[in-house]
Amino acid sequence: MTSWTLLIIAALTATGFFVGQAKAQGLRNAGTASLHSLPAYHGLLMASMALAAAGITTLAVAAIAGPNSLVMPAAAALLGTGAIAASYRIITRDFRARNRFEFFVMLVLIACSAVAVLTTVGIVFSVLFESLAFFSEVSPIEFLFGTHWAPTSTPPSFGLIPLLAGTLLITFIAIVVAGPLGLLSAIYMAEYSSRKMRGVLKPMLEILAGVPTVVLGFFAALTVAPLVRNAGESLGLNVASESALAAGLVMGMMIVPLISSLSDDIINAVPQALRDGSYAMGATKSETIKRVVLPAALPGIVSAFMLAISRAIGETMIVVMAAGLAANLTFNPLAAVTTITVQIATLLVGDQEFDSAKTLSAFALGFVLFCFTLVLNYIALRIVQRYREQYD
Amino acid sequence: MDASPQMPTLSKVPRILNERETKIVASDVNVYYGEKQAIKNLSIDIPDRAVSAFIGPSGCGKSTFLRTINRMNDTIDGCRVTGDILVDGKNIYDRDLDVVQLRARVGMVFQKPNPFPKSIFENVAYGPRIHGIAKSKADLEEIVVNSLKKASLFEEVKDRLDHSGTSLSGGQQQRLCIARAIAVNPEIILMDEPCSALDPIASARIEELIDEIRQNYCIIIVTHSMQQAARVSQLTAFFHLGDLVEFGDTDEMFTTPKDKRTQDYITGRFG
Repeated sequence: MTSWTLLIIAALTATGFFVGQAKAQGLRNAGTASLHSLPAYHGLLMASMALAAAGITTLAVAAIAGPNSLVMPAAAALLGTGAIAASYRIITRDFRARNRFEFFVMLVLIACSAVAVLTTVGIVFSVLFESLAFFSEVSPIEFLFGTHWAPTSTPPSFGLIPLLAGTLLITFIAIVVAGPLGLLSAIYMAEYSSRKMRGVLKPMLEILAGVPTVVLGFFAALTVAPLVRNAGESLGLNVASESALAAGLVMGMMIVPLISSLSDDIINAVPQALRDGSYAMGATKSETIKRVVLPAALPGIVSAFMLAISRAIGETMIVVMAAGLAANLTFNPLAAVTTITVQIATLLVGDQEFDSAKTLSAFALGFVLFCFTLVLNYIALRIVQRYREQYD
Repeated sequence: MDASPQMPTLSKVPRILNERETKIVASDVNVYYGEKQAIKNLSIDIPDRAVSAFIGPSGCGKSTFLRTINRMNDTIDGCRVTGDILVDGKNIYDRDLDVVQLRARVGMVFQKPNPFPKSIFENVAYGPRIHGIAKSKADLEEIVVNSLKKASLFEEVKDRLDHSGTSLSGGQQQRLCIARAIAVNPEIILMDEPCSALDPIASARIEELIDEIRQNYCIIIVTHSMQQAARVSQLTAFFHLGDLVEFGDTDEMFTTPKDKRTQDYITGRFG
């Protein structure tokens, strides 16, 4: 019945357009005074009335009686025709169809943006409620400040600190790798490279950004981790086979294109007039970049870093494959550590009963992660807003 | 061109030069943007310690020629300059010439005020810092204060030197840019339509300022306003379609132009 219903709705919409337009055109041809709105607007308004009436009816009937009921196309046809009939009567010379249609367009746009917002709100609340269920079994104090993470042992212990430390350690390594690489390559692209070179480099970096993280993950586990271990051994260091360093290095490579691409855009947005002013004072290229361009672009660059950091904190695949599961509370980059995202993934993989503290802890971890990246993104946004008008 | 008696004497170290000594000699200069020729066989002698105005319709090459004098055209892709431009007898297009040193001697003020997003103090201190002119912190402060005074901006900003240069009004920003250019003690100041983004009152202040400092510099000003050229300059050059049509005494140029095209332009028949 669904396809029939859709057909009916489409037909009603088209009918509405032509009927509305025809009536308005008739009025226009008949009278001496002009119409308030063009006939096409009357048509569009009537079409949207028919569409809205028939569409909403269909959804309502489908929800109540199920999609296979014969009531659905019948109700859609009835209400759609009703809407056309009702709006046919209100089409007069002075009817403000244009304004009404603009209002309808705005409603559609609001509805679209509401979908994204409501989804976010829904996710946050579902995570929040599961977290609250978890906190009724495990005290938040123990969770937030505990230094031991062993959800599968008996009795289990849920201390967040080792996971947080592991996350921050790997993120720190990643940003130490990606910060200079990304920023310096952005400076090269924006200020030194020829237009042709930039046209080659930027897409290349964007390809790196497009590499699926699962590919980077096995690259980290199979290539970089052994490399780091061998290098460490040749220096006489004891390196775990799944070291934080290997995961951090690969994650750094993952966020290099993010930082360089954003920073490149930001540096390009610095007005040429400022560079000219500096060159005209006799400053060299590097002096101009160091003293004028970068200070002017700094807020944007900081926010690019913030976005990169929150991306690194939320990254899962690379660390799942390369960083291991051992929840060690350590800041030694050569040791195996685990991260919040890795633990969420392992806690929810496989057959689990869904009301144990073990599974629920994944939601609490997710909530912490969400708050963390939210705060970072908020700070980044504020920095950008605060300094946006500085040059202009 | 004599300085009028009421002109204030300036504290700047006087250059012991004859009035009207030639500062810039350009001969057979051609400038190309890719295939397009923007300046055709231009030769001109520009005197020191005077204001020379470049006038002409849009696209006539006056700004292009201005930018050859401090080699700002170097930064434009596909721009090519042939011919000789001599500043104090030295060709600035010589291979061994250091652009950084040239630009320390040839300051520039742009069409749209472009203060750096730094404090007022730092804006003026920028040049002295990169050229290592100040010997000490006190020395730097003195340079900044003197430059701001010469640009007749000091009284307005003396209590807020640490405020952002971009917080000033348009006219103040442009005077800040002039102070910034003056701070490195240049010999030549190029001004590319310095008043075109300003209101009449702010423009008048800039014009007064140019008149005050002209005894110490070779100033070249590109302007679209013929009234401004007449008010502020001692010599005027009229450009048309990449040619230098006429160059001479401003008063003569505006009363008895030699060329038909000049006459047509200044009487508003085209442009």
